[in-house]
Amino acid sequence: MTSTDRRKGNWTARLGRRLDNAVPPGRRLPDRQPAYVRSWIYVFGVATLAALLFVLASGFALAIGGTTWWHTSAVGHFLNSVHLWSVELFFVCMTIHLWGKFAMAAWRGGRALTWITGAVAFVGSIGTAFTGYLSQTNFDSQWISTQAKDGLNAVGIGAFFNVLNPGQMLLWHIVLLPSVLGVLVVLHVILVRRKGVVPPIDAEPPARELPSRPLESRPAVPSTPAETPTRRQP
Amino acid sequence: MNAAKTRRDKTPDAHLFPTRPYDLVKEFVIAVVVIGLLTFLLAGIFSSPDKKSISLAQWAQNAPADVVATAVGELAGTTTSATYGPPYNNASTGQKLGPLSLQKWAGVRQPVNSANDFVIRPLHDVSAADPALRAALTQWTGASSQQQTAWAQRYADLLARRPNAYLAGPARLGFGPVPIIATRYLALARTGALQSLIAGKSAFYTSNLTEPLLLLADGAYLEDVARTDHLGGDQWGMMNETGNYPGQPWMWLYTFWYQIKPFSTSGNADALVWGLMMALTAVFVFVPFIPGLRSVPRWIKLYKLVWRRD
Repeated sequence: MTSTDRRKGNWTARLGRRLDNAVPPGRRLPDRQPAYVRSWIYVFGVATLAALLFVLASGFALAIGGTTWWHTSAVGHFLNSVHLWSVELFFVCMTIHLWGKFAMAAWRGGRALTWITGAVAFVGSIGTAFTGYLSQTNFDSQWISTQAKDGLNAVGIGAFFNVLNPGQMLLWHIVLLPSVLGVLVVLHVILVRRKGVVPPIDAEPPARELPSRPLESRPAVPSTPAETPTRRQP
Repeated sequence: MNAAKTRRDKTPDAHLFPTRPYDLVKEFVIAVVVIGLLTFLLAGIFSSPDKKSISLAQWAQNAPADVVATAVGELAGTTTSATYGPPYNNASTGQKLGPLSLQKWAGVRQPVNSANDFVIRPLHDVSAADPALRAALTQWTGASSQQQTAWAQRYADLLARRPNAYLAGPARLGFGPVPIIATRYLALARTGALQSLIAGKSAFYTSNLTEPLLLLADGAYLEDVARTDHLGGDQWGMMNETGNYPGQPWMWLYTFWYQIKPFSTSGNADALVWGLMMALTAVFVFVPFIPGLRSVPRWIKLYKLVWRRD
């Protein structure tokens, strides 16, 4: 058995190769972007991530004191306010990002999965925020839960996802849904980095004149080894 | 497959276009600072709503006639929870989505007997030192279900005409033990002990408030309070929250359907709205594969605002 054969059977080496292929090194954190990336609309994707950071941080801080402490603590109430407003900003940024991507038909060029992960993350965020409203242990929770049960029960979901059970809702809010959402967000970002920012509708890349091209025209990152023979054709 | 894909989608590889310097990390750090400042500013200026929950004792204090009417309704089997169907009981088959009885098929997974769980059992638990209540409960449990319903319904009709009739004392004109049960129930609710007797019936620890919340929602008081905060179902209530706060505006489409016909007048409104929203969500998620819809951006040309030719 040769060393190459041994490497083929090595699970660690295979995982490493898979990770490298998922996002080639040059595409993970490139210091250049296609020249067409020069609109404010591109800021809202990263602003959504920034807002998510504050949602998570304020959620962690609220969790330290338990479920009801924020009703009687000024610090707790302020943290709740930070949590609320970061969620509002998160949705504002995500909605603008979403409509921007729709206007750009950003699913083109093999980016359907990028759209799907983003769309599912949007719907998942609504569910996560909803369970947060059910976990407040105040009048809002009482009213929203007693109203929401009817819709969920009508389609059979309420038999398993009981909005009148604050214990179940809190665990969904702080463990299950954020975990799923986290995976979706990571996948979404990986797909964005892997495929790059979608080119303008009907745009054609300029003809490549490799020997004399100026510095500003070089590609954002080297193509993956598998892509090189075909994509580098002039 | 690849050939077919190429025919449909000729979008070139993004990495073949000219580039310019772009600092992703700097952009992220600036975004964190700006969003952080905005968040703290909004939190500091506007704070957040926190209207206290309604306890069953407060309900009894502020709307005693409603507590009595609700208890009698539970005994008569006419309240929302008593007639609900799955997942609480088999009193009805529940809503349908076309031919699909999803509510029924999911089954009774949180069994609730409204008369017994909300009224009779809690009173039984505190009846040891109250001979009149013990006698009333014995009379109630010894009667046939038809007799029980007849007593409770007659008294419910009286309360519907004269909500404060319970203050007149234990009348016995065909109401059986119901007047005594109702007034003792109100007294128990006023002590604040009712909630723990209902919610903690089987365990020391409980985080499941299904039964107290169902009971509270069976009354009119919860909705009366909610409507003063513009939270009613016909007031776009699902997306609002107490006070002048934005609430959940991202639920506008879900709430919207409840405001218009046929949903606003349908007995199957919840199932229909959920069915419609699930279909729309599927469309939203699979936009890239839906002919026509995926071409909308080309037609509306909003992308020209993003990619300007200058």
